[in-house]
Amino acid sequence: MDPRDTDRALKVPTVASMIKVENLTKRFAGFTAIKNLNFEVAKGEVVGFLGPNGAGKTTTMRILTGYMPATSGSAWIAGFDVFGQSLEARKRIGYLPENTPLYHDMRVNEYLRYRASLKGVEHRRLKERVSDVIELCALKEKERAIIGTLSKGQRQRVGLADALVHDPDLLILDEPTIGLDPNQIRSVRELIKNLANKRTVLISTHILPEVEIMCSRVIVIHQGEIRASDTAENLLKNHRAAGNLRLEAKINGAAARDSLLALPGVKDVTEEMDGDISIFNLRLEANADPAEEVMSLAVRNHWRVREMTRRRATLEDVFVELTHADA
Amino acid sequence: MKTFFTLLGREVKSYFYSPIAYVVLFYFLLLIGHAFYYGVSILNRGPTEITVVEAFFNTVFFWFPFVLIFPLITMRTYSEEFRMGTFEPLTTAPVTDWQVVLAKYFGAVTFYIILWAPTFSYFAIFQLVTRHLAAYANGAYFGSYLLLLLVGMFYISIGCVASALTSDQINAAVISFSAITVCFFAGLLSFVMMVTDPTLKNLNSYISTVEHMADFSRGLIDSRPIVWYLSMTVLMLMINFQVFQYRKWKS
Repeated sequence: MDPRDTDRALKVPTVASMIKVENLTKRFAGFTAIKNLNFEVAKGEVVGFLGPNGAGKTTTMRILTGYMPATSGSAWIAGFDVFGQSLEARKRIGYLPENTPLYHDMRVNEYLRYRASLKGVEHRRLKERVSDVIELCALKEKERAIIGTLSKGQRQRVGLADALVHDPDLLILDEPTIGLDPNQIRSVRELIKNLANKRTVLISTHILPEVEIMCSRVIVIHQGEIRASDTAENLLKNHRAAGNLRLEAKINGAAARDSLLALPGVKDVTEEMDGDISIFNLRLEANADPAEEVMSLAVRNHWRVREMTRRRATLEDVFVELTHADA
Repeated sequence: MKTFFTLLGREVKSYFYSPIAYVVLFYFLLLIGHAFYYGVSILNRGPTEITVVEAFFNTVFFWFPFVLIFPLITMRTYSEEFRMGTFEPLTTAPVTDWQVVLAKYFGAVTFYIILWAPTFSYFAIFQLVTRHLAAYANGAYFGSYLLLLLVGMFYISIGCVASALTSDQINAAVISFSAITVCFFAGLLSFVMMVTDPTLKNLNSYISTVEHMADFSRGLIDSRPIVWYLSMTVLMLMINFQVFQYRKWKS
């Protein structure tokens, strides 16, 4: 038995956090899906769970929703242990599993009514709740349709309506926009943004603009370990891929690279040749902007500048850096 | 309790969402109707002491469709959920494992009862047309249908276990059909092998569905088969629960 488990009962979770995960590990036969995860999500936060395919996002979510037990470690939802007080924890979660599995032979309103009742919505409020989520997820026209005949985007919205129908405090959405066309992605995104108002949301994705649009915080996970956990802004600011500057110029004299490297804020310079034109790639420190210095250096040394471009790091750069195989 | 009935309601309705329920009902009633016709035609051969109820419930034509229906009723219960992935939303809803296992089981039992309900009318029609009693006493009806329910409960529990084992309906049907056939024909062993040893014969008749029916359809309600079928059902449900948890934990 894992020694960490012995004092599980003694740990008192803080109620302010909606999700609390401690030393969570899940091993499948032959490989470890997640290793010693530790993170917390406060009430009202919208957290993006980011990582390449197979990073352990779905596994983590499945443990949080009580679908599978962890090998070791603990997790709490709104202060309820997901293993020991599974039912109480599950009542507070609205979960949209990956690929949105639904009963294809039921009608939309019938399915939502069934799910609402299953999740403990009182009988007298059933009708109201179901029509509320149908309205919210723009399913009014498809209310009586058989789920099997719906398009993927519509099914996704049925899944979301299902996640919302018991008015949960916490939404856990596993890749809610995968496989949708751009219009559908936009409408689902819009919907999730509206939902986020009062609720805590944990949303997994590997689509980066989505995170920047929707999430107040990002947790980057790779090979079962957390690589970063911060706001998208801070990630961009603090990360070494903070930005770069590209200079193309015809130079005379050999020490160009060294003099560029000596400028403040420049971390690294690479040089390639394109005919007689040198192409420099300057990796910059966070928040550094040595464009002026580079320009005056070029003027002083009579370099004939063909082009200078500044490229801001995107979340994509950060993501690639953090989750690259040898990072 | 409310959760259980919500689950049960969906299980029963799920039979009627697909055409399967209607196809099964149609062919089952066709075959059983024929068995009834055959049972009645036996009475036409000459004077006999057996009643219509006895004749009906003890013909080969009755037992043949009887054994066939259980795989059809139970093959979808779990397999379909595994295959479609709906097992995940089902088990992440605030429901206990026992609630799911029992709701699925009793959903199948309810459909089984719905399947048999129309056969009551056979006897009513018989009495109406021939102005003869179909049985000497009501005990015969009660016994026959009680045994049908007991055997059905046992075989359905076998079918549920089979379905929980695999995500392929056909696989589930084959497993449950084999298991149920073995259970059914085990009761005929002493007859087929012409066993004369009384101890073995008694032992065999303890589990012989056909022999139980011969008694029950005369209104002779014996407590031993009741105990046998109920205890086997409980055992199967325990196994079902274990398999269910295994599927859940291993996923």
